[in-house]
Parts: sequence; structure tokens; C-alpha cells
Amino acid sequence: MKIPADLRYAKTHEWAKREGEEIVVGITAHAQEELRDVVFVELPSPGRAVKAGEPVAVVESVKAAFDIYAPVSGTISRTNDALAKTPALINQDCYGAGWMFALRAARADDYDGLLSSSAYQEQMTASRQ
Amino acid sequence: MSEGPLARTALYERHLAFGARMTEFHGWEMPLYYTSILDEHRAVREALGVFDTSHMGQVLVTGAAATDTLNGLVVSDLARLGTGRACYTLMLNERGGILDDLIIYRLGGEEFLVIVNCGRREEDVAWMRRHAEGRADITDISAGRSMLAVQGPLASRVLEELLDAKVAGLGRFEMAPIRTMGPDASIARTGYTGGDGFELFLPDAHATRLWEAILAASAGAGGRPAGLGARDTLRLEAGLRLYGADLNDTTNPYEAGLAWTVVLDKGPFIGQDALRELHASTGRLTRRLVGFELEHGPVPRAGTPLLAGGRQVGEVTSGGYSPALARPVAMGYVETASAEPGTALAVVIRNQRHHGRVVRLPFWKAQPGRLTAAGPATKG
Repeated sequence: MKIPADLRYAKTHEWAKREGEEIVVGITAHAQEELRDVVFVELPSPGRAVKAGEPVAVVESVKAAFDIYAPVSGTISRTNDALAKTPALINQDCYGAGWMFALRAARADDYDGLLSSSAYQEQMTASRQ
Repeated sequence: MSEGPLARTALYERHLAFGARMTEFHGWEMPLYYTSILDEHRAVREALGVFDTSHMGQVLVTGAAATDTLNGLVVSDLARLGTGRACYTLMLNERGGILDDLIIYRLGGEEFLVIVNCGRREEDVAWMRRHAEGRADITDISAGRSMLAVQGPLASRVLEELLDAKVAGLGRFEMAPIRTMGPDASIARTGYTGGDGFELFLPDAHATRLWEAILAASAGAGGRPAGLGARDTLRLEAGLRLYGADLNDTTNPYEAGLAWTVVLDKGPFIGQDALRELHASTGRLTRRLVGFELEHGPVPRAGTPLLAGGRQVGEVTSGGYSPALARPVAMGYVETASAEPGTALAVVIRNQRHHGRVVRLPFWKAQPGRLTAAGPATKG
């Protein structure tokens, strides 16, 4: 399972990446594999203030709908419009073209409080036992 | 819903070997998908998919009065069903509510194989025995037997090569013995995907070898195992009802759009009086099962209210995503006034309103010729 070392992670299987002033968010390879067959994505409106742990997006697979949570508090700055037409980008490239939204964090150090790739890996190993 | 360990089919180990994601289904541990529901769906439409449907109930009805007895339990006229032929039919309660939908195969003059939904098996058998009143033998032969559904445009060619049985020459809803698998193995040109395909009924001992052989013979051309997930999207796209979702003991054949299965003027059958009353008043049916599609948006899942002009007029009973149409589709019951194709309906999902319309079922239909390319097809 791919867990890039340069990203941060939430327990709920979102990844986060600091890009300048923004934090870009998507779902991990593990989450993507659990969902499979993504057919619809609902994204938050830019400008919306969100709290860490708040459901802000929805990914629907053929089977069911799943909430996606904001990894940190902040304000939504951009969303990935390509997902409206090609929701399967999440299956094809969850860490790249399948990114979901970007936000401006309310507090800069919240990002550093997210899980490292090794901590996320450990959490998944632990939850499997 | 069930207690104790889940039942497993003879192919359980094969499912694990193919990497299946298993799920609980009416007390059975069944494959939901192997790699992807959409990939498996497409394989069935374009090449071949093999489903393990061994969880379904297989019930034999035999005895000197088998035809009359079974005819008293279902809406179709089995007296008109030839040996070696099958029909889709319904078993009703006295009020005309649907107890189960069935495929009945006439194996011989007074010998029928009834395929029942796995979640209804025990109730169906008890109901049939109670109302047969000893005039026919009702035998649940499910234990120790497997059922495979081999569906898709390549199914005919692949099975023709593998089996010592009439395959390509079988018409829709026709059945033939599989000679090399003993007296109790047969193949029929039936299925629940809306396209061409076959169902095979055989002793467990033959299941694994046949499963492997079908996949070995078809994998190079896109054949693959398919799970319950694809089974659901395929049947939904083909407008086929699912018992427990679109049909139950409070829905009647007319509102369910299954009037074509009913032969009212045959001999007496359970539910006949109720149907006669309904038939006389079909113009006054309060609701109908319709197809509903959204051009874009989330999937309307079962239970989602259907709205017309802001007022709820019905509810989704089956919802999903149609790969053929690349859009969300659903079936549900709506008030008769909102049931005409083209009627604008809306759904509210997660506080957002999405606009769609009533469409004629099925959502997807096999292209004429495609179904018959591998052999003569006759009307089921």
C-alpha cells in the first residue's frame, strides 16, 4: 500500500500536503481501495470555514456513500473540479490527479500535528489486528 | 440478521483464491466483488462473468398432481409450460401480495425445479408444503447442490466447448441436461442480468472444476468471476426487480409492473381473487413501480423520498449507478399521477435537491441480434 513519506495523514484516511499557504487534501490508497468504483464526489464550496474532523465532502462508490473529513480547521480555498466529470480519478491517482480540496489552515501548526506516514502505517497495522 | 456461522458455498475457497471481498447476504458468506463492481459489470456486458449463485434455493415439486398443485401457488399457467422450458413467475399471498419471485423449470411431465430467493427459502418451502396439502412432494434439494450463472455474450461459445450438453442451440428459457455430470445436472438459458447467459444446476462435486474451466477458457477474452455487487447493478440496469427491495408481501404484481406474469383466467391460485379485484380497478392503482434517472449527481439509495413539485410522491426501492448510461438510476414506487415517463421528479440527498425524471424500464436493453448471435432465441 502506497503511503508517501512527504504527506501527513488523518486517522480517518485523508492525506494532507502543505503547498505554500494551502493544505491540499485527498484520500489515501487504503481508503480508495476500500471504496473502489467511485462514481460521484461532492465537494465543499470555496470560502466555507471548516473545523478539523468535520465532514466536508462525500465520496460515493457503487456500494455506498462515505464522508470525508477536514484534517485541520481552516477555510476551503479550492476544489478539484475535474472530479465532477471523472470521479474515478480518485481510484486512478488518489495522491495526484484525484486530490479533493485545498484549504487555508486556521493555525499553521495543526498540520504538524497530523500523523506522519509511519504513524499512519502503524495505525493501520494496529487496526488490522 | 442470522445467528451462528454464515453458510458457505462449495466455491468458498475459490472466491478467497480469487481475492474476493466477502459479504454477509441472508445468512450466507458471498463474494461482493473480486476486483471492482464496475469491471465485473462490464465483463458481463462485453465478455463473460461467472457468478456463484449457490445460495439460491432449489426446490423440487414432484408427484402425480405436481402441475395442478404448483399451478395453484403461482400466477403463471404452468399447464402451458412445456417440458424443458422455464418461466419467471410470482408466488402470492391471499391478498395478492408477493411472497417471492421465482424461476420455474419444467423438468418433466409432473416434475418442476423451483428456484427461490435465498432469504425466502424456508418460508417458501413451508408455504408450498402447507398449501400443497400432500398433493405433491415439495423437496428442498439445495443442500449439496451448486448453481452458477454464466452471463455475457461469450457465455454460449465458452460453455458449448466445455460441456457435453446442448448449449448454443438452446433458446431463451430452455433447459437441457448436462450428461457428463450425472442425472441431476442441467443448464438453462436463463439469468438475471438482462443479457444473454446461462444458469447451471449441479451437484457440489462438479462446481469447482467447472468454475475453473469456465474461467480458464474465457480469461483471455475478458471473462472473470463476478460478485453480488455486479449482480445488483446488472439487474437494476436491466430493470429487473429484486425481492426484498422492489417486491415484498405488500406489493402486488400490477403496481410492480409484473402484470405480464399473471394468467388470471387459469385455474384457481392463491391471490387470484385479490388480483381479480385489482385487475378490475387497475385504472385506480394508487402507485406504480417506475424507473428514475438523474442526469448527474449522487446515487439515490433505497429509502430516498421521490418528490414532485416539492411533495413526496414515493420512495426509491433500488438505487445504483448504471455504467451503460453513466448516471445514477433507481427504481421506486410513486403515486400513479407521477408515474408517466418524462415526469419530473426530484430527490433530496444530503440536503441538496437533485432533479431527474421518470423513464421507461429497462434502463439498458441488449441490442437485438446480440442476444441471438450465439444461437436462436425465442420469446421467454
